Amino acid sequence: MNARELTKDEYFFGHKACAGCGGALAVRIAMKVLGKNAYAALPAGCMSAVGFNFPQLCFANNAIISTFAGTASMLTGIEAGLRAQGATDFTAVGFAGDGGTADIGIQALSGAIDRGDDILYICYDNEAYMNTGVQKSGLSPFGAKTTTTPAGERIRGNIRPKKRMFEIAAAHGIAYAATASVGYLNDYMDKIAKAKTIRGTKYIHVIAPCPVGWGTRTDETIELARDIADTGLWPLAEYENGVFRLTKRAREPFADPQNYFKKQSRFRHLTAGDIAAITADRDLNWEKIKKEYEGS
Amino acid sequence: MIIKPTLRDRPGAWALSDYPEGTYWEAGYLTQKNAGWRSERPVIDKEKCTGCLQCYLYCPDGTIDSDLNIDCDFCKGCGICAKICRVSAIRMEGETR
Ligand SMILES: Cc1ncc(C[n+]2csc(CCOP(=O)(O)OP(=O)(O)O)c2C)c(N)n1
Ligand code: SF4
Ligand SMILES: [Mg+2]
Repeated sequence: MNARELTKDEYFFGHKACAGCGGALAVRIAMKVLGKNAYAALPAGCMSAVGFNFPQLCFANNAIISTFAGTASMLTGIEAGLRAQGATDFTAVGFAGDGGTADIGIQALSGAIDRGDDILYICYDNEAYMNTGVQKSGLSPFGAKTTTTPAGERIRGNIRPKKRMFEIAAAHGIAYAATASVGYLNDYMDKIAKAKTIRGTKYIHVIAPCPVGWGTRTDETIELARDIADTGLWPLAEYENGVFRLTKRAREPFADPQNYFKKQSRFRHLTAGDIAAITADRDLNWEKIKKEYEGS
Repeated sequence: MIIKPTLRDRPGAWALSDYPEGTYWEAGYLTQKNAGWRSERPVIDKEKCTGCLQCYLYCPDGTIDSDLNIDCDFCKGCGICAKICRVSAIRMEGETR
């Protein structure tokens, strides 16, 4: 899908997200693909905080704030309710942050996937609990400085790796799962459009840089979201009918992660050794991807 | 008519009876602009522009429409449009008061 194929309608507009917010872009574009028959549920997090400031209500479609842990279960209810009323052409869509997905909402999400509920769950991943001031989440990457994982001399930021949510969703035998990035919107839009047509549970995990939490300029959001894919740190892939597939393959040799890290103050403390360790991890991951996804 | 949240005339003070009884309200109901956030505004050079629509696509606020009109009531001046433009047809101009 490309810009010309999109509706002129704007479903997420007038919101109070910071300038250059990747999460706002992820929600705006997904809604443009899904259209007016999408019923949205958003838990606590930046997108609900910036979208619903009564009386400033920035969704043009039906949208509601869910409990923090219950994005997926609320979607289950929305879907069942609409179906009971005889509606056929609609999408129950959730927009939850990384904290709201990989930590707080993972149980409800797992249950919905297990039941095969006909919902679309979108995780916009800015890699920390941004709305409360940048705390580490299960999706913060190794080495990232957050307020709960400060960068000191002995411990340099987050000591844990990013949870593999895409694979976790896939491991349920989900109908459809995908990774995406707001840096490559055509790829993201293809995935949303595909998810719209699939019955069963869909999980899309989109990288959405946050200038505030990442310590970057507001105009760098898109290039960072491209860098993370181009460096091979975030493969753009999908999972369908039990098969993994790369959708937009990063060109090899991959872009140097060093440049990606250098642009962000949350990584400024990383040593050459830290970056080498992260790069080695990436290479290991790609060996696995080539074997499992591509059979080589 | 396109579907889009729109600015309403909000009476200054709301009476208690104006508020909903539960947490529900009309969708797409705006009472404020976001213009005050900006220190720079994008200006499109229509001569240079090739009409690729990347600025329209990548704007997090949806403030550039597909006819390339910029809604300065809601643009926050992030500069993403100027950066994404392959032919540098958008420049950021300092806001003066
Ligand atoms: C039950 C509950 N616990 C904690 C909070 C406080 N809280 C609100 S937003 C937020 C951060 C959410 O982080 P994430 O899901 O990553 O979304 P982001 O803000 O980064 O977009 C937290 C902890 C809350 N609102 N409700
Ligand atoms: S703090 Fe980050 S995620 Fe939240 S609105 Fe601002 S830019 Fe977006
Ligand atoms: Mg977050």
